[in-house]
Amino acid sequence: MRLVRNLIGTPEGAIGLGILVLLALVALFAPVLSPGDPLRIAARPLLAPFTDPSFPLGTDRLGRDVLAGIIHGTRTSLAVGIAAALAAIAIGLCVGLTAGFAGGLVDEALMRVVDAFQIVPSFLLALAFVSVIGASVPVVVIAIALGAWADPARLTRAQVLSIRERDYVASARVIGTHPVEIALREILPNALPPVLALSAIIVAAAILTEAALSFLGLGDPNVVTWGSMIAEGRNVLRSSPSLSIFPGIALVVTVVAVYLFSEGLTKTIGRGRRIA
Amino acid sequence: MTLLEINNLSKHFRSGGRDVTALDDVSLTLDPGQTLGLAGASGSGKSTLARIVMRLLPPDGGSIRFAGEDWLALSGKDLRRRRAKIQMVFQDVLGAFNPRATVASVLDDPLRIHEIVPKSDRPRKIAELLDRVGLQANLADRSIRDVSGGQRQRIAIARAIATDPALIVLDEAVSALDVSIRGKVLELLVELQRERDIAYLFVSHDLAVLRAVSHRITVMDGGRLVETGPARQVIDNPQSTAARALVSAVPRLRIQTPQGHSYEP
Repeated sequence: MRLVRNLIGTPEGAIGLGILVLLALVALFAPVLSPGDPLRIAARPLLAPFTDPSFPLGTDRLGRDVLAGIIHGTRTSLAVGIAAALAAIAIGLCVGLTAGFAGGLVDEALMRVVDAFQIVPSFLLALAFVSVIGASVPVVVIAIALGAWADPARLTRAQVLSIRERDYVASARVIGTHPVEIALREILPNALPPVLALSAIIVAAAILTEAALSFLGLGDPNVVTWGSMIAEGRNVLRSSPSLSIFPGIALVVTVVAVYLFSEGLTKTIGRGRRIA
Repeated sequence: MTLLEINNLSKHFRSGGRDVTALDDVSLTLDPGQTLGLAGASGSGKSTLARIVMRLLPPDGGSIRFAGEDWLALSGKDLRRRRAKIQMVFQDVLGAFNPRATVASVLDDPLRIHEIVPKSDRPRKIAELLDRVGLQANLADRSIRDVSGGQRQRIAIARAIATDPALIVLDEAVSALDVSIRGKVLELLVELQRERDIAYLFVSHDLAVLRAVSHRITVMDGGRLVETGPARQVIDNPQSTAARALVSAVPRLRIQTPQGHSYEP
């Protein structure tokens, strides 16, 4: 709770959190805000924006409501972004904690795997993964997480290596604490803050990767996403640029909000550290 | 009977291609209920010795017998269980506690791990431990960061005595404390020793502190023990250069003739 209050205290954190809460509400209440399937044909194709009050952002080439697409696209973007980031952080934490705490051969082996994943461009990895297994939301989430877990793993390991030499870890060993308990209760909670700050950046990157995959036609074809809307609008970019511009704006706003939120979070955690 | 017997202990560190000898053929003994003061300038290897005794570092060679057992042969669950009998108090009064800990959780850990008292009795036992080291029981709910340095070191002592140990290693345990609090903490340590027959391995660079609590003093220099003897003898009549340097670092030692346990800052 104190973290949230301090977060709102920083301008970046307040703006970022504000926009994200708004987006989350839009995603949550998408069926209420725009009932029905956003992919259904609702009106005359290529209706220009701001001309018909019932379709404020116009319609696309097939006559689908652009506003409905953006509202429902919020769901996909946020859900995929957050799920992929959670998966990446979870894998990264486990690998980093194991590598840093076990040391020796285990550490060497795990870090070489991390190296391998860091060397492969994460977007190419996701692209290959989705094109081999087939496009659906869970596959896209796994594909993005596969390319994103290496950074949190490396950061967690570095944190663990520094924390395991602290006196309070020695103190826990001296008292006879089981190594698993030391890892989970003494080291992990104190290694977490910088990794959490990184997680927001991973969310932003995941949202962008998802949009890029959809743009290339590798997203789940049954759900509407901002990336697929931009791809769809690209065919008529000269005559109706708004079809690409509106989902593009939604994407930019979301990613900027996540970055601002992460900036605020980093500052807040940094300040908390100094007081401590 | 000897409580702790260290024979021919050695330890090297390799850093940046250089081989540093931290301990070179160190042997010493400690009887139950006695205090051995381990003196030495910084870098003399005294903290390394303390950490090896605590099994926080592996030695390169030598043996340690504790209460008749081969202390270095223990591992895993056996070691964790036996750790109850050797406890440690650290120098850094803040760094020795998890920043997220509360006073109660610090004292709860040893009681829980070694099943000293049943779960329902633990709050009462924690209050008792706090009271024993001269602290109010209502401190229990506070964060460890919200108590003073002197209180924190008393809590560290309470944690160390929670498992009823036979030996406590005190690594510069009062060096970080205010001079006015230092004497009180030393008095508490001496009281606890008389009451519970605990042996102390008291590591310090300050002979004034060691004189107040030690029965015997041993002086380390460059990883070797250069001089060992009754506390009074080492301080009044130092033989080695290292011991003479430590004595001259504390000018008041020469003027005063200490009687029993006393510590004047």
